[in-house]
Amino acid sequence: MSTRLATGGRLIDRSRTVSFTFNGKRLRGHPGDTLASALLAAGQVIVGRSFKYHRPRGVMASGAEDPNALVNLGAGNRHEPNQRATTTALFDGLVATSQNHWPSLNWDIGEVNALVPRLLPAGFYYKTFIHPRPFWKHVFEPIIRQSAGLGRAPDPRHADPDRYEHFYAHTDLVIAGGGIAGLAAALQAGRAGLRVILCEQTAHWGGRAPVDGVEIDGLPAGEWVNDAVEQLEKMENVHLRLNCMIAGVYDHGYVIAYERVADDSPGGDAPRHRLWRIRSAQVIAATGALERPLSFPGNDKPGVMLAAAVRDYVVNYGVAPGARTVIVTNNDDAYRTALALDDAGLAVPCIVDARPEANGPLVQAARARGLRVLTGMGICNVKGLRGVVAVQLCAQSGSGAVVEDVICDAVAMSGGWSPVVHLWSHCGGKLTWDEAGAFFRPDPMRPPTNQSGAGFVSCAGAADGALWAGETLENAGLITRRVLESFGSSTDHPMPVARAAAEAPMLPVWMMPEEAGPKKRAKMWLDFQNDVKVSDVQLAAREGYESVEHTKRYTTIGMATDQGKLSNINGLAILAKALDEDIPRVGTTTFRPPYTPISMGAIAGEARGPIFQPLRRTPMHDWHEANGAHWEPVGHWRRPYCFPKQGESHRDAVNREIAATRASLGVLDASTLGKIIVKGPDAGRFIDMLYTNLMSNLKPGKCRYGLMCSENGFLMDDGVVARLDDDTFLVHTTTGGADRIHAHMEDWLQCEWWDWQVYTANVTEQWAQIAVVGPKARAVLEKLGSDVDLSAEALPFMGWAEGRIGGFDARVFRISFSGELSFEVAVPASQGRAFWDKIQEVGAEFGATPYGTEALHVMRAEKGFIMIGDETDGTVIPQDLGLDWAISKKKDDYLGKRAQERAHMTDPARWKLVGLETLDGSVLPDGSYALAEGVNANGQRNTQGRVTSTYFSPTLGRGIAMGLVLHGPDRMGEVLDFNTTKPAPKGGAAPTIKARIVSPVFFDPEGTKQNV
Amino acid sequence: MLTLTCPYCGIAACETELAPGGEAHLKRFGPGSSDDDFEGYLFLRPNVKGVHFERWRHAMGCGKWFLAARCTATLEVFGTYSAQTPEPTAEIIAAIRAKRPDWSLT
Repeated sequence: MSTRLATGGRLIDRSRTVSFTFNGKRLRGHPGDTLASALLAAGQVIVGRSFKYHRPRGVMASGAEDPNALVNLGAGNRHEPNQRATTTALFDGLVATSQNHWPSLNWDIGEVNALVPRLLPAGFYYKTFIHPRPFWKHVFEPIIRQSAGLGRAPDPRHADPDRYEHFYAHTDLVIAGGGIAGLAAALQAGRAGLRVILCEQTAHWGGRAPVDGVEIDGLPAGEWVNDAVEQLEKMENVHLRLNCMIAGVYDHGYVIAYERVADDSPGGDAPRHRLWRIRSAQVIAATGALERPLSFPGNDKPGVMLAAAVRDYVVNYGVAPGARTVIVTNNDDAYRTALALDDAGLAVPCIVDARPEANGPLVQAARARGLRVLTGMGICNVKGLRGVVAVQLCAQSGSGAVVEDVICDAVAMSGGWSPVVHLWSHCGGKLTWDEAGAFFRPDPMRPPTNQSGAGFVSCAGAADGALWAGETLENAGLITRRVLESFGSSTDHPMPVARAAAEAPMLPVWMMPEEAGPKKRAKMWLDFQNDVKVSDVQLAAREGYESVEHTKRYTTIGMATDQGKLSNINGLAILAKALDEDIPRVGTTTFRPPYTPISMGAIAGEARGPIFQPLRRTPMHDWHEANGAHWEPVGHWRRPYCFPKQGESHRDAVNREIAATRASLGVLDASTLGKIIVKGPDAGRFIDMLYTNLMSNLKPGKCRYGLMCSENGFLMDDGVVARLDDDTFLVHTTTGGADRIHAHMEDWLQCEWWDWQVYTANVTEQWAQIAVVGPKARAVLEKLGSDVDLSAEALPFMGWAEGRIGGFDARVFRISFSGELSFEVAVPASQGRAFWDKIQEVGAEFGATPYGTEALHVMRAEKGFIMIGDETDGTVIPQDLGLDWAISKKKDDYLGKRAQERAHMTDPARWKLVGLETLDGSVLPDGSYALAEGVNANGQRNTQGRVTSTYFSPTLGRGIAMGLVLHGPDRMGEVLDFNTTKPAPKGGAAPTIKARIVSPVFFDPEGTKQNV
Repeated sequence: MLTLTCPYCGIAACETELAPGGEAHLKRFGPGSSDDDFEGYLFLRPNVKGVHFERWRHAMGCGKWFLAARCTATLEVFGTYSAQTPEPTAEIIAAIRAKRPDWSLT
């Protein structure tokens, strides 16, 4: 069992204790512990359960690569699942619970999955999808829902109480990794005067070197690291960050860093996480290497750990993963673990070395201490159910005949090391296979390239394949010099020199024992989190999965948090062997950012709540708010949907607003309407290209309704154009369309007709616009006092005039979207609220009623006016809507003209706009289809039309609708069946609603109300 | 997250400031053109892997459209230039040739 040692632990403060809970049990640790080291110190060997078989899982690694120790962290509104115990700093009051167990961590019912693994082979999900559907729905899905998934999602009723922020930085060089290579590179670059950001993902500088007994420039690595950090802190051009991981490297030197600022002090003032968005000319990835597991039967049992992690826990935290630890390796580095355990007074019963011979200096040192070294051997079984009690040894070359049982409670394994090439690969850097080390390393000829076509990411030290500490700094020096050269700078300062015990070559070992039979291969884990074994990858290969990317998805190897950290090379090697291919030919899966998961909070940063999206307010916004507006979002605007009075429903409010407007006087805030000035000698010519109808012959003082189509012929916007003078047009667009239409105009002006003399300006927010609508509209404006003659003769329908109204500078447009007598009055935005207040005041005697967007919609539908986004959906052309009158036959060209000549656009079978009246007066469901006889190839009912707008009309006291119907205008009076969402009664047909095809103009078709 | 230098205001703008506009130097076919010509103009894009001429707008900056010559595979940018150009300029072709001697405008 794991335990805390009496002495040692370079990172912990033994003078103080902190308390925390795991599954409700109160435990103690020291400041400096990780949650994983504290759990091991407390003898907590099992920390979780695996994804598929619910096998007990223990801590396997000491850093970000650990696949097993994922826990629920925090409680209540700070609960967060899938947090790595190995990278979680311990703090007083920490609350953690284990995941994926039911009913308890030590006794899990899902463990029966492991007894029948044949039922859950590789590609299990895909295979069961093929079964009859009821079998999937009623048998597999309930079982999987109960047992699968890692962690528990936070309660959606809880808002995250913590604060997150984004930092932006521009720099010359980002160095990822604060081990000796990263520190040495930062020193050189700092001396050369570069602006440097150096990030280390853990809480400590120095990486592995202090644990591994490396000497640098004659000093123990730990001392050299302290000196280096002290020097760097004095450099103003160097920025140091601990607990800060480079999460991803993207196009043109864009780098994302994830800084965990206050994870260990919840509730304080500091933001919890900080996301750095960095532009860097160069990136050095000094990200080190990750140790690989060995694939022997039972390698997933709690107590089996990576060899380097074992010595990390002993040296860094004073924690012994076991009292008797067997070492199993294919390389010399693992002997450092044997020596470290021996130094700590812990038993190492034997070192099992798969290599036929082992005689390197580290091996000799182990032998000299009397440690038993067995070469050419392997492990063929791990005994113990919820921990290790013994291992059985065999010859590595055979099929696994047991030679000897060795009593032990922990196993330290090492299958060699793989450089962390993730950051190199994120943005397209290619890899090359290193035969000697059996790993992929960056191919210096194929780096990720920046905007100049030059490489901008370099791997340095172990990340470049220089695993042995003696070579690491030499490599980092070379790489740094090249990076400095790319800036045209250099330093004369020599690189530090590292000394470490020499290492003999490793021997690739992909299966242990080499000739293991099927039973043993089914117990060799490749991916511990997702329960992928050697047998699963071999099965995938037999079933024809030759591509590594397909195999990954089929078996789930390297998915979830692993992302190719522990399982990658071992899985590739097994796949390559099964396919009888070389590993480099099989290739590797794609490394994708982030390197390890980052919090959603950090991604959101400050963009939450009211500042998630800026709100656009009209000058009258506050009045609406104060007068009980029920808001409707329209683009970034908020518009009043209606103004309900005390105790009034929204529908009643809308009906009241319409009735008041039709009877006397309604007032609408139309300020959000898009307003674009188009000016210049060629303005008329340009406007004629934008609109389907002729606009250039419009007289100053007049308005005209127009339609805008895309080059593909589809209706994209509509509105009223006013000619201000010979050279100037004011284009009104829909509320949502202003920015888009302005961009559309600029596109054509800048990229196609750049020799036309036209200038455009989006002046939407410069004007407040108020629609004064209803039989008393003229009366109220005259009462306000106006130097504009508002009479029907002087200012007829579709005319506009400029002057002073009620003391305000105003433009008055006689346009109507309601069918009533209507004046749209535009005043400078700064005077909008004052003008609005004045109208309310003076209009009181006429019962002036502010109305919202819903009343506007109903009134326009009563008049049969189309609405962009209701009658149009990007597939509708003006001809579908009976708007042929607004399409010029005279013009040679306009945007969309050629497209509308295509056969499909002129097909008489296109659905056309009609009005629809239900026989029973009810309101048709929105989006309802007109049913036709028969069914289509998919067995779905044929249709002959659809509803585009549908409302209750208080004016007519019945439901009204518009829709597109096959040959609709030729079928006036015909009755169609429309479907509903109501379910069919047992044994019967689904209910439908009958509606008659009528003219879309339901109200005042002669226009007697608006033209007065 | 590309960076492209706007040839109008001179700012090296991050992609978040820019709006993409697809392939550059398309010849517009209007009324009277054949179905094939119109289809080619509106829909058919070679979507090359390699040197590509494309339209960008400095939407969150000066508002100007400009053109860029860029390698879609390596993300190398050969240059940005005026949108008021019916075909790639001699300068931009020279800049591409300097980096890609085998490339030719087809």
